[in-house]
This record gives sequence, C-alpha cells and structure tokens, in this order.
Amino acid sequence: MRPERPPILIATLAIVAVGFFVLPLVGLLARAPWQTAISDLTTTEALTALRLSFVVSLAATALALVLGVPLAWVYARVPFPGRDVVRALTTLPMILPPVVGGVALLFAFGRRGLFGPVLEAIGIRVPFTTFGAILAATFVAMPFLVLTVEAGLRSMDRRYEDAARTLGAGRWLVFRRVTLPLIAPSVFAGAVLSWARALGEFGATITFAGNLPGTTQTLPLAVYIALETRPEVAIMLSLVLLAVALAILVLMRDRYLRAF
Amino acid sequence: MLTARVAVRLGTLDLDVAVDAAPGEIVAVLGPNGAGKTTFLRAVAGLVALDRGRVDLDDVVLEDASRGFRVPPERRPIGVVFQDYLLFPHLTALENVAFGLRARGTSGPEARVRAASWLDRLGLGEYWESKPRALSGGQAQRVALARALAIDPRVLLLDEPLAALDASARGSVRRDLRRHLGSFAGIRIVVTHDPLEAVALADRLVILEGGRVVQTGSAAEVTQRPRSRYVADLVGVNLFRGVATAGHVVLVGGAVVQSADGVEGEVFATIHPRAVALHRTRPEGSPRNVWRGHASALDFQGDRVRVGVEMSIVAEVTPAAVRDLDLAEGGEVWVSVKATEIGVYPA
Repeated sequence: MRPERPPILIATLAIVAVGFFVLPLVGLLARAPWQTAISDLTTTEALTALRLSFVVSLAATALALVLGVPLAWVYARVPFPGRDVVRALTTLPMILPPVVGGVALLFAFGRRGLFGPVLEAIGIRVPFTTFGAILAATFVAMPFLVLTVEAGLRSMDRRYEDAARTLGAGRWLVFRRVTLPLIAPSVFAGAVLSWARALGEFGATITFAGNLPGTTQTLPLAVYIALETRPEVAIMLSLVLLAVALAILVLMRDRYLRAF
Repeated sequence: MLTARVAVRLGTLDLDVAVDAAPGEIVAVLGPNGAGKTTFLRAVAGLVALDRGRVDLDDVVLEDASRGFRVPPERRPIGVVFQDYLLFPHLTALENVAFGLRARGTSGPEARVRAASWLDRLGLGEYWESKPRALSGGQAQRVALARALAIDPRVLLLDEPLAALDASARGSVRRDLRRHLGSFAGIRIVVTHDPLEAVALADRLVILEGGRVVQTGSAAEVTQRPRSRYVADLVGVNLFRGVATAGHVVLVGGAVVQSADGVEGEVFATIHPRAVALHRTRPEGSPRNVWRGHASALDFQGDRVRVGVEMSIVAEVTPAAVRDLDLAEGGEVWVSVKATEIGVYPA
C-alpha cells in the first residue's frame, strides 16, 4: 500500500465514521456498573440466559456443521440443474430480516403451520421450545458455514483426492481422511462465524420460539427485556456479547476474514 | 503386460494413443507440454474416464469404453507418484506411506510396521514423524515413491518425478530414483518433458506430440532417426520429409538433395548442423547439394554459432566463419552439404 495524504473532506467523513462505531461502545462502557458487575452477571435471569445461549448457539453450530458441510460439498462438486437457484435459496437467511425468517419458520413448523400438525402427530413440538430456538439460530447461521466451506472446497487442490484414490481409498474415506483435514481451516472459520451469528440471533428466535426464560430467552432477548427493568444487567450482558465478538475478530484476524 | 489404448478428449486436447509396457520394462512417455502425457497417465490410473479404447493388465480388463466397464482407481493395482508428489500435508511421512495400506484394510499397527520398513528401505528412517513441509524435494520424492510402492502395485506410474526439484538437486535425485526404480520388478512408466530424464531412466521412449504417439524405440533409435520436428529439435538436427528415388531425395518444398543411402520411397532426411557449410559465393568442387538462402537468425552457443538459413536449415559454424562470411541477419548466403552427411531413412 502506498501511503497518501487524504483530502480534508474524506479525512473528516472517515473520522465521523469511526466515531459512529466507537461512540456507542464508549456509551456502553461509561454506563457499565463496574462495582456491581459480578452480582449483576450472577443474577438468576442473567445466568439462565447465559447458559441457554451457550446451549442454543453450540447446538445450532453443530447442526449447521452436520448439514452444512455436506451441502457445501454438493455445491462445490456436483453440477446439477438449478444449482444457483438452490444456493440462492439457502443463502437467503443471510440477508433476510430475521423476523421474516421467524415468521416463515412459524408458518412452516408452527402448530398451525404447513408441517406443524405432521410434526405434532409424531410427538415433536417445535415452536416455543428450546429446540425451536436452536432451529431459528441454525436457520440464520448455517449460510455462513456453507459459503465458507464451499469456498474452501473450491480452492483446495483436488489432486490430493486423486492421490488418495490411487492408494485405494473409496469416496467416503477420501472425504473423511483427506478432504476434511485439508479444508479444516475453512470449516473452523465457518463454524466460528456461524456460532457468532447464532449467539447474536434475536428476530427469528423471538418470533418463532418466543421469549420464555430458561427455554427460549437467549442472551439478546434477555438484554432487550432487562433494559426495561434492570438496565445494569442489560449493560453487563451486552458487554459479554461484545467481548465475545471482539475475541472472534482477534482470533480470526487476517487469516480467515480477508476472504469476506 | 500393460496394454493401454487410450482416447480422451479434454478441452483442446485430443488424446488417442496406444502404449504397451512389459513387466520389468521402464517406459518413458516424452513430449512437450500439452501433448497429453499427464492425461494419458491419469487415464491409465483410472482418474480420467476413457471416451474410447481399453486398458488391460495381463488378462484383467481395467477399462473397456465400448462396454462402459471401468475399474475405479482405488481398485486398480497401480501406484502413482504425482508431479509435486502430493504428500498429504496433515499426515507424517509414516502416515502418508501407511495410508494406502490402511485404505486397503491392513490393521493400524501392521500398516505402520510395513510403512516404516519402506521408509527405511528408501533411506528415510529418521523422517518417520516429519510432516511433508519439513522434507526436502528429494526426500519428499522418496516418501511419494514409498507411498506408491507400499500398496504392492503391479504398475508404477511417475508424473514428471524431477520437475519439482531445483536444478542442483536433480542430478543426485535422478541417480537415486534410477536405483529405486531398478529394484521394483513391475511395469514402470515415467512421464516427462525432459529428454535427459527420459534417457537416464527409461529403456524405451514413447514420444507423444499433440495427443499422438509419433515415435517409439530405444533412446539410440529415437535420437538417431528422429521422426518429428520435436525430437529433431531435442537432438539438434535438421529434419526433412521427402521422397527418395535412386539416390535423389525430393524434399517437401521442392529442393532436391543427393544421398549416399540407398533408400527408396517416403523418407526422412537428417542433416547435422555441423555438416552444413556456408559460403558467400556459389561453392565449387565436390558437394553436390548446394542452395542459396538468407541468414535468418544468428544464435551464439559457446564457441559455435548456429545460423538459421531461410529454406529451413540450421548450420553450426565458428564465430570466425561468421566474421569471414560477413554474415548478418537477412544477408544472402550459399549452403552446401556433402551427400555422405545426409542420413536418409524410411518414413
């Protein structure tokens, strides 16, 4: 990069932009009740929300891995008619307003939804359960994993797979012992991005899974509710989410995020 | 005996070749880039499906395009040493060599023992636990060789085995490779664009150009009687096509040369550049083959100068001769060749 002195207008607007991002953080930190930090974070509602968010976001990441890696493999390796349309459909939740996603989930898997009665008949109730919260989080988070893993598969040297074939490995063994280890950095990056997205999920969760403490009230929902009644708890929980986001940025720094 | 009749269309490549190799034989498939060498090798290994043709190993059919029959690569008794070696970067040298044994159902401990003995045999005893990125090019090549041989293949295919090495390492690695290839009793096919490598490693050369076999034979046969511009350029001789009758050869393009060889019909004629003499005026005396042309290119090579003359012949003369002849690119020059210096053989 060749250093250059910016025109005054550009420099001013750039400073305004930085301020726009930094001032809210300053506001948050300035109001943070540091003296009561521990007690605020260990209130029952905070601990419940923390534990639930932990479970929901990890379960969503696991579900995204189990379904998303195979989907990415198919996108990267199997040309089929309509692939671009299907890929667009499965990427949609990345840019869809989460509330819309939640409404759509409700009308698909809700009690009066298209497939709700079928699920209910076999004893599965999805909306307003933790499972529903996990599905809502997976719905918005999985596209990040699929896109990242697909990019990894497309850029890997497939001749390693050829070498494994000539050594006697069938397709499944090649995938397990050669492809997966070679794309491990992409899978890891995709999983971390998915997890971060699942952890911050709000709109689809509150629409589809509701806001039941201990069952579907995850961290972002708890922050929103606490803001009315106990703002210091809301601030401390926000700082937890902020710290997680910052940690992820530092962890993945140049290595993975440059691709985006 | 491996019998491969391979026809594959891939992008701009139209590959259609028949190559046989006998047990104990080392065959080099030599050709310029883009000739289809690697595609041929991948087709034999089963990594590229044939459009037409069949591959037989002794009395076992590996592929028969006419019946749509195809043994997948993992079930062919064929080991491959790939260009760049393609050692699995996440596995140690030992795990790389054990990979094929494990994939073919050998138990973990047994596979490790056998892989270790292969590494020892190739002088890599102290590198069991090394990851590929910690190995030198020559070491990586030996691990790749051990990995391919550990599955006890009946055919060993090597794709440009020395191309990934820098020039300083190539000589010693080539000698090692020759020794290790010698200790494997099966069929060995080496694909390369490097004539030195082909001649050093192989008993028989198959010259591949534009997806076709243009010549096959021992190194001596191929270099003494080039049958394509590519081989002629490798050897560094002038090559002409023509028709011979009673000591006269009418070359493609109309020129006539006199030859001492008593061959008739469609022929190739070769003239070594050193046998081509250049003159400023029409020469007198014994040479019967004299033409006039224009010097088109001067190429200094050590103490010799290669002079290209339009009518497509290259002469090799001394710098002093260039000065005496006052040669310049585009200048007029007379060319003469003695009849005894022209090699003529059937096309």
